[in-house]
Amino acid sequence: MADEPKKIPDVTKKTVKPKKPKIPRQKMPEQEPLIRAHNFEEVPYGYSIETAMIEASRCIMCKKPKCIHGCPVGIDIPGFIREIRDGNLKKAARIMKQSNALPAICGRVCPQEEQCEIVCVVGIKQEPVAIGRLERFIADWERDQGEIEIPEIAPSTGRKVAIVGAGPAGLTVAGELAKLGHQVTVFEALHKPGGVLMYGIPEFRLPKAIVEAEVDYVRQLGVEFVYNAVIGKYFTLDELMEEEGFHSIFIGSGAGLPYFMNIPGENLIGVYSANEYLTRSNLMKAYDFPNYDTPIIRSKKVAVIGGGNVAMDSARTALRLGADDVYLVYRRSRVEMPARDEEIHHAEEEGIDFRLLTNPIKINGDENGRVKSMTCIKMELGEPDASGRRRPVPIEGSEYEVEVDTVVVAIGNGANPLLPEATPELKTNKWGNILAEDETGLTSMKGIYAGGDIVIGAATVILAMGAGKSASKAMNEYLMSLDV
Amino acid sequence: MNRIISKDRLAEGIVDLRVEAPVIARKRKAGQFILLRIDETGERIPLTIVDSNPEEGSIRLIIQEVGKTTYSLGELEAGDSIKDIAGPLGKATHIENFGTVVCIGGGIGVAPVYPIAAAMKEAGNRVISIIGARNHDLMIMEEDMKKVSDRLVVATDDGSYGIHGFVTDALQSLIDEGLKIDLVVAIGPVPMMKFTSLLAKKNNLPTIVSLNSVMVDGTGMCGGCRVSVGGKSKFVCVDGPEFDGHEVDYDELTMRQSAYHDMEKEAMDIYHKCKIGRDGEDK
Ligand SMILES: Cc1cc2nc3c(=O)[nH]c(=O)nc-3n(C[C@H](O)[C@H](O)[C@H](O)COP(=O)(O)OP(=O)(O)OC[C@H]3O[C@@H](n4cnc5c(N)ncnc54)[C@H](O)[C@@H]3O)c2cc1C
Ligand SMILES: Cc1cc2nc3c(=O)[nH]c(=O)nc-3n(C[C@H](O)[C@H](O)[C@H](O)COP(=O)(O)OP(=O)(O)OC[C@H]3O[C@@H](n4cnc5c(N)ncnc54)[C@H](O)[C@@H]3O)c2cc1C
Ligand code: SF4
Ligand code: FES
Repeated sequence: MADEPKKIPDVTKKTVKPKKPKIPRQKMPEQEPLIRAHNFEEVPYGYSIETAMIEASRCIMCKKPKCIHGCPVGIDIPGFIREIRDGNLKKAARIMKQSNALPAICGRVCPQEEQCEIVCVVGIKQEPVAIGRLERFIADWERDQGEIEIPEIAPSTGRKVAIVGAGPAGLTVAGELAKLGHQVTVFEALHKPGGVLMYGIPEFRLPKAIVEAEVDYVRQLGVEFVYNAVIGKYFTLDELMEEEGFHSIFIGSGAGLPYFMNIPGENLIGVYSANEYLTRSNLMKAYDFPNYDTPIIRSKKVAVIGGGNVAMDSARTALRLGADDVYLVYRRSRVEMPARDEEIHHAEEEGIDFRLLTNPIKINGDENGRVKSMTCIKMELGEPDASGRRRPVPIEGSEYEVEVDTVVVAIGNGANPLLPEATPELKTNKWGNILAEDETGLTSMKGIYAGGDIVIGAATVILAMGAGKSASKAMNEYLMSLDV
Repeated sequence: MNRIISKDRLAEGIVDLRVEAPVIARKRKAGQFILLRIDETGERIPLTIVDSNPEEGSIRLIIQEVGKTTYSLGELEAGDSIKDIAGPLGKATHIENFGTVVCIGGGIGVAPVYPIAAAMKEAGNRVISIIGARNHDLMIMEEDMKKVSDRLVVATDDGSYGIHGFVTDALQSLIDEGLKIDLVVAIGPVPMMKFTSLLAKKNNLPTIVSLNSVMVDGTGMCGGCRVSVGGKSKFVCVDGPEFDGHEVDYDELTMRQSAYHDMEKEAMDIYHKCKIGRDGEDK
């Protein structure tokens, strides 16, 4: 207790060491649902320093912390929480950055309720420590200070690494290898970095300025970024290795291939893949048309199809773009929805109309080829299928029509075939995912590694980062084994 | 940044730019395109790579002014820059020695057909080209096309130059001559591609067309560019832009191209207003 700084608020003093903390989990203030449904500003505001310190004091600093094992990148959770509790915010940020280069992003989008928080021992009797909120707090605090600490960079090794894709997987590898002294260049197909963080996840959930700031941190580690570079077209993998002088490559090209339903009417005007809908709105800023040139249909009644995070993001985007009615059409029931609870809850609060156990069978257009309605059929749950979830079966004769002018298809993404098609030696599985070793990310090609959604299919930011982390270890060993 | 090396006007509303893009200049093949974003608030629009000069590190773009982005491109001068250029995108044209290839370009379609005609010629084909325009003043790239064709037929809708009629009329007269045609390549406005394909089909001529759907990313990630070909949805940016002309659902393509007409018009109206305001100040 001797090293405790004075500025600690009184309220925490009493509860520094209790076995059973009585302080409730601290809430994050949020924008009111009916107001936020019409703007693109971030929904929660984040903790104040005081609240963060109170929340930090709920952690009992376990000797064998379970939370760390729940974290795919193994952040020293009690370590950074202790520093927040004690008011050593700079130190807390440093501990965080040791294992996670993108904490402001993870603090916002990681499913902590299934990872670190679900195993937190405080959670046995009470609500778990709000690890994610604290992570977000400390990252935001550091950024707001204006001075981001740059760790020491090892002397140059003379090895050059190319990264394909500036999503969370690629950014992680880039940061890790740059710290070790390798010369890293990231090639990104789009004109901005971040991958799904930039083009997919909406501003109100993950402000783009934050993505830019965290990418900037990676840049400050010495990583170079080349945009508008579609690898497979701009350079092939062979050209990168043989002509451009790279010694090793990491592929983090993501799961960018939208699935459609293959039902009649899917090519009518007003039917979007979630990727297109979100890319227009987020990356191209169509929500700010005509200040930005990219248009997006000004919908009044929107049906979003799907039950995952992508569907929630699309539905909530539709509301903010000005739709009066937004239906979320999902063929199973609420419990089977793959979206995070928090997202479902936010969507409900904002007034999204959930049409569960419902499946679209046809989209109907007017004489100009614009969507005017969608025919749906009601479903009931039958026997469990391969995924263990009960299989939805159509109820005969239950078809009905909903009037809509826009349909957003958010039923998932497959592996984008562009790079594998340009690289026949690169082995993929039957779904087109690149085959890579679990531990190392090594592909069928020497010196070429892969990780993230392109390997495991559409998953999460932190899993992509975890894959990047383990691949960077293997790549470092490989690079150092080369005579350069 | 991609600096503009030179700018010409080929006709009213048609601009010819040479733009720095060294890697693309080396890599590009006939039939491929780029996506550009003119500035930070710009839309991503696709344009065919008409030609390239690898030594100079430049590509040639020929642009018809139809809306906000293309008019803005038309305002740029040598020395200005375009913020983003991504490419080369799309599948390259399948080039081999087919025998006799008829390359047809209608309106701005002459620009994208030119590199294909050039590559077909290079592969040893006999290239007969037909280029058409509404009138003589709008006819572009006649000299370029002449250089890569064994024979060039020009047609204008109003008869002010060359054959009086559409490019389909010119194709019909080639067929009537009894010419043995092994492949037709047709690029231009959708109705022109549709009717050329129909005529070619009637005469059992294999036909390739290049589609211009609305695009966003150009990497197969969004599906916005999809068009039905042979009853299946295809992504023009990665599966195309060239397809079998007899399989394309042209009506669906036309319909999908009109998706944003009202907003495009709105953007143009604002653009014109700003321009008038600005030009007024200049005086
Ligand atoms: C709308 C939406 C919401 C989501 N919400 C969450 C959430 O709340 N929490 C969560 O944990 N996860 C969420 N996810 C999933 C998460 O975003 C992804 O799992 C994660 O981004 C995968 O990271 P990645 O690095 O593998 O690929 P991506 O993020 O997909 O990045 C791949 C990058 O590679 C680029 N690229 C592709 N091909 C090439 C090429 N040939 N050459 C050069 N560059 C190329 C792409 O342009 C892209 O920038 C969401 C996904 C979506 C779509
Ligand atoms: C593969 C391909 C190659 C092309 N090559 C050329 C070329 O060499 N020269 C040329 O002049 N034009 C070419 N085009 C067409 C060109 O992309 C459009 O004229 C341009 O996008 C219009 O933009 P705008 O803002 O000026 O006009 P807008 O007013 O926005 O649109 C006018 C019309 O252009 C089309 N269009 C609009 N936005 C897009 C978009 N993002 N992507 C595609 N089409 C759009 C629509 O049909 C629209 O109705 C090509 C298109 C494709 C798909
Ligand atoms: S499991 Fe919970 S209480 Fe224990 S160290 Fe981790 S966050 Fe703190
Ligand atoms: S433009 Fe997005 S998939 Fe073709």
